[in-house]
Amino acid sequence: MDFLRPGDWREALALRAERPGALPIAGGTDVMVEINHGGRRPEALLDLSALAELHALEHEPAGEDPAAPAGRVRLGAAVPYSRVVTELGAELPGLALAARTVGSPQIRNRGSVGGNLGAASPAGDCHPALLASGAEIEAVSVRGTRHIPVDDFYLGVKRNALAPDELIRSVRVPRATGPQQFSKVGPRNAMVIAVCAVAVALHPGRGRVGVGIGSAAPTPVRAREAEEYIAGVLADGDLWERRDPIPPAAARRFAELVAAACSPIDDVRGTAAYRRHAVAVMARRTLGWCWEAHRAGASDPRPEGGAPCA
Amino acid sequence: MRLSCTVNGRRRVADDVWEGESLLYVLRERLGLPGSKNACEQGECGSCTVRLDGVPVCACLVAAGQAEGREVTTVEGLPALAAARAAGADPRPGAGEAAEPMEHAESMEHAGPTDGAGARREGDPPLAPVQRAFIEAGAVQCGFCTPGLLVAADELIERNPGPTDADIREALAGNLCRCTGYEKILDAVRLAAGRAAAGQE
Amino acid sequence: MPDARELPDAPAGPVIPADHTRRVPVDGGVGASTRRPDGVPKVTGDFAYASDLWHESMLWGHTLRSPHAHAAIRAVDVSAALAVPGVHAVLTHDDLPAEEKHHGLEIRDTPVLARDRVRYHGEPVALVAADHPEIARRAADLVRVDYEELPVVVDEAGATAPDAPVLHPGRTDRHAAHVPHPNIVHRQPVVRGDVAAARARAAVIVTGEYEVGMQDQAFLGPESGMAVPDGEGGVDLYVATQWLHADLWQIAPVLGLPEDRIRMTLSGVGGAFGGREDLSMQIHACLLALRTGRPVKMVYDRTESFFGHVHRHPARLRYEHGADRDGRLTHLTARIVLDGGAYASSSPAVVGNAASLGAGPYEVPNVDIEALALYTNNPPCGAMRGFGAVQACFAYESQMDKLAAALGMDPVELRRRNAMSKGSLMPTEQVVDSAAPVAELLERVRRRPLPPERPWESGGPRGAAGPDPRELPGGLSNTTRGEDVVRGVGYAVGIKNVGFSEGFDDYSTARVGLRVVGGEPVVSVHTAMAEVGQGGVTVHGQIARTELGVERVVIRPADTRVGSAGSTSASRQTYVTGGAVRNACVLVRGRLIELARRRFGGNGDPVWSDPDLRPFDGAIVTATGERLVGIAEVLGGETIEIERRWRHRPTEPFDIRTGRGNGHVQYSFAAHRAVVEVDTGLGLVKVVELACAQDVGRALNPLSVVGQIQGGTVQGLGLAVMEEILVGADARVRNASFTDYLIPTVLDTPTIPVELLELADEHAPYGLRGVGEAPTLSSTPAVVAAIRQATGRALHRVPVRPEHLVDLAVPDTGLPTPD
Repeated sequence: MDFLRPGDWREALALRAERPGALPIAGGTDVMVEINHGGRRPEALLDLSALAELHALEHEPAGEDPAAPAGRVRLGAAVPYSRVVTELGAELPGLALAARTVGSPQIRNRGSVGGNLGAASPAGDCHPALLASGAEIEAVSVRGTRHIPVDDFYLGVKRNALAPDELIRSVRVPRATGPQQFSKVGPRNAMVIAVCAVAVALHPGRGRVGVGIGSAAPTPVRAREAEEYIAGVLADGDLWERRDPIPPAAARRFAELVAAACSPIDDVRGTAAYRRHAVAVMARRTLGWCWEAHRAGASDPRPEGGAPCA
Repeated sequence: MRLSCTVNGRRRVADDVWEGESLLYVLRERLGLPGSKNACEQGECGSCTVRLDGVPVCACLVAAGQAEGREVTTVEGLPALAAARAAGADPRPGAGEAAEPMEHAESMEHAGPTDGAGARREGDPPLAPVQRAFIEAGAVQCGFCTPGLLVAADELIERNPGPTDADIREALAGNLCRCTGYEKILDAVRLAAGRAAAGQE
Repeated sequence: MPDARELPDAPAGPVIPADHTRRVPVDGGVGASTRRPDGVPKVTGDFAYASDLWHESMLWGHTLRSPHAHAAIRAVDVSAALAVPGVHAVLTHDDLPAEEKHHGLEIRDTPVLARDRVRYHGEPVALVAADHPEIARRAADLVRVDYEELPVVVDEAGATAPDAPVLHPGRTDRHAAHVPHPNIVHRQPVVRGDVAAARARAAVIVTGEYEVGMQDQAFLGPESGMAVPDGEGGVDLYVATQWLHADLWQIAPVLGLPEDRIRMTLSGVGGAFGGREDLSMQIHACLLALRTGRPVKMVYDRTESFFGHVHRHPARLRYEHGADRDGRLTHLTARIVLDGGAYASSSPAVVGNAASLGAGPYEVPNVDIEALALYTNNPPCGAMRGFGAVQACFAYESQMDKLAAALGMDPVELRRRNAMSKGSLMPTEQVVDSAAPVAELLERVRRRPLPPERPWESGGPRGAAGPDPRELPGGLSNTTRGEDVVRGVGYAVGIKNVGFSEGFDDYSTARVGLRVVGGEPVVSVHTAMAEVGQGGVTVHGQIARTELGVERVVIRPADTRVGSAGSTSASRQTYVTGGAVRNACVLVRGRLIELARRRFGGNGDPVWSDPDLRPFDGAIVTATGERLVGIAEVLGGETIEIERRWRHRPTEPFDIRTGRGNGHVQYSFAAHRAVVEVDTGLGLVKVVELACAQDVGRALNPLSVVGQIQGGTVQGLGLAVMEEILVGADARVRNASFTDYLIPTVLDTPTIPVELLELADEHAPYGLRGVGEAPTLSSTPAVVAAIRQATGRALHRVPVRPEHLVDLAVPDTGLPTPD
């Protein structure tokens, strides 16, 4: 095995192109598990952990992009979850909530959103939040840069849309314009892989609601029908402006549609039937929390609970 | 490959490192520092917690090569770290504590309920306050989780000298213990934090 | 024999926990919360666990394991593996040097390496020694094993069908003759009174079927050790185990060596909980070391650890309880089927416990219990904390709640009315001849004030942005702000035997020395007791101080240069090895006094004929405490050293038809009250408080005792809500990792208030009662009872999974569900 330690981003891209068998590693929280247990023996490791570009956290101002009316956060691929939790709670509340549920403090100090995307496990905690807020992935190779909408990124179980010579440079996530929430269930109160997860993001300016689901299908999925349904309910009743409660029947229907977007399986972590059920419950609750926050005019829906990542 | 890094303040070099080795393996098997423990090697137990450039991480998930040129602090380095904080090398909370040459190895066995102080013995190793608190509170049973917990707890108290119970639980949620049921570990961290906040040790 | 610190060329660090020589006041004796002598090395990282051992010329051993649960082995080809540079040996069954090719705690049925058949997923097939663990792993991957898969036996019906494959043909063990089928390891009935007549009289009868999942010990220090060849055909083995001598007795015949050619030393042990009673890498490392002539280190990783030790028996239990109108039990029937998996391990003893303790801590005049363990192709099961009593306790305590409901009676009151006490008869007709404060323990946990109700439990105000998620079910996963969160409270109490039972010669050996070092008297205590974290080494120092009045105590490393101490299991070590240490100390004390009289009593001073002379605070003192002469002066250059075996009172086997017999040494009792919150929308549970009361006879070290109780309580909590090894229909393990086998984190554990009762057992040293296991029993059913109360669900199976606590639109198919 070789250990490739590119000195800069350009060299990293060149190595990526020359050595398609080299496995990119940043925080190592997925890669090293496989290597330690002999599950994976790549011909080389391509260490991205020291590249400044991947640790950058940039704030892109609002432009013409209607999907990001408040601009975007360009989140370097190796920025650890712990920074997402402590620094992005206001701008990307859904992602920050999801990041706080990842593994343990030690894992959050190393693992990153970029790594979550690279691994593309359906159980990755970030995916639902990225789907709900409409992120895009900045994929770079010696050939150039592509911006892949997150909707097009997940292709199958642990398969993503990256070309063999591409690396994730950043994730560009629209800055929140409304409340966002994230919930996941597992049989333990901490350090648990999601049995299933739901993220909801309100986009009041666009009259939209984004919904992402994790661990309930071969890939993370959007709940498009549910999104459209609830957007219709909110528009028809002029609820965005009136800030009236969502009719309980509409919330129930929304939850059913979110559950209908799943195609879960039975596995050691849970059953398909439970996953559908839990996704519906979490969809109803997270929508409710977001909507309460919208009605209260709050933009930061984080629950109280001491400092995040205390 | 060759790996050079600073471990507990000393520059260390390891040769013939296989590229797939973890930092944990290098510490344990090549640098003679087996204090960091190998309980799961999948980042699920925290027994191998070390600080990498000051940040708590699972050493089992750091590829050895990723530690090149960086600073690692292991459980073996906690007394020196505490002493440096006490000497004002770091203005962060926790300053004022110090690594004490053993009252503890002493008090450890004598700890009769009536006996508090105990003479210090030469040759006993110095301990960081958090290490002493673990012994005093009965937070050590088999001890396999202890080194990782100590590194994590020490960092918590450094960062947050007045942690609530919920803060302690969240900060230590990545460190599994199978023996104690955690109650005495919480006692130990409360004790160490209380002492750090009170400026004593 | 060198201890590990003398292993040549060891780098800085590894030191066997050896001489914990510390200056201590005599008041660090019995009853004090004396600190651990191994505490300092454990917090500095200096304590050498078995996986920390290192030798400059060492090789790494690795085990190739079967991917199939049941298969015939047609051929094994190791040539490709042997050809890998850096590989020094590849061994298979054919390389075993002696006639004996099996090991086993009770029945030698376990192949050291599989020959022509593998019987469980993960069974060892070949061994590799190489320069680096990765080379060893890769080489193992190159061993070609030609398997022919066989049909698997996974349950009782399959195991006992007329045409079932017999997993161990030609059995000759002591249970073979009385079992109804060769795939039943052992069967033990316990019958008392006339169940049929009692049933006819009963006013209320409740029945239930219960299931307990396969729990893992999940000790944190993986199986590991190092074998060092001595160059003369013998070997030194440093290992983490629970019982050095039982290992030795199994290793020696397989190596074809006399026992004195194998010297074993205990390395640091990272927890055990029963999982180190059976052999894991011991013989394998010795074989590789003897073959290569080099020290060989073996360290299992977490995945391999799940295959490397036995687990708690999963069980199916069918119970019937009857009571009269007042709630007095009329009768009980139970059928307890334990899945022992592919090899016997300690299944027979687990059966004995389940049968004899299956009625719980209650007076039941009419009993018909049958317990049995199966051979299947599931993972082998054996010892785990609570050992047969855990499974039964979940069932009988669930039944007591069910019976209380049927009678319209308070569940604690029902238990009190039937609680056994000193003088009660067990179903085996053994008299419980020391304290059995079952009712009082229940009363103590009930009397505690309940934790204050939290705002969301009553639908009250939750604050603008909701409560702290860390306080709620789901914790950091942010699943509720109090929606659907309901509180429940549950109680349970259990009974566990202490020590080895059924006529086993359960002795321990201690060698105690007294000499002067540097002008001061020093006691040395040498036993082969495995310190696995329980604090036995602390207690030995306390006993020596109490009995010999000497400050300084040296605890020698545990090894096989001294006689067996028996196993660190069955809650027995403080009782039995503690008893042996005390016994040896008392004998040394007698010699010391004799020596003092001889040396200083010749002047005719009548004080020397005081029959109550004793050593205290470094001197010989009279009954009134008058100091006569220093111990150091008495000893001069002389050493007093005594090694003795010590036994608790004998037990008897259970009658194989009736279960009658004084089978147990001592009983231990604990009660729990659990307070839980359940999110009934998502089926998530948060245990808010788990209070325990336990009679410990006498707390030799209160701090350690409370630590044992809290630790055992949390293992019971784990079984209640999350811990289970999942085995597929193909008998393959599906979750051999800490990612999918979950044990409680600090965010899952509640506060655990502990109340100790100290009602001395006159038969036991210092009146003590074994502590370690009882709290593991009642914790599980208490938590489940609380969940039942919160949700109104029946819950017949542990662990309770979220999907068992919600109404699902589509029925479950994938996993076992409550019946």
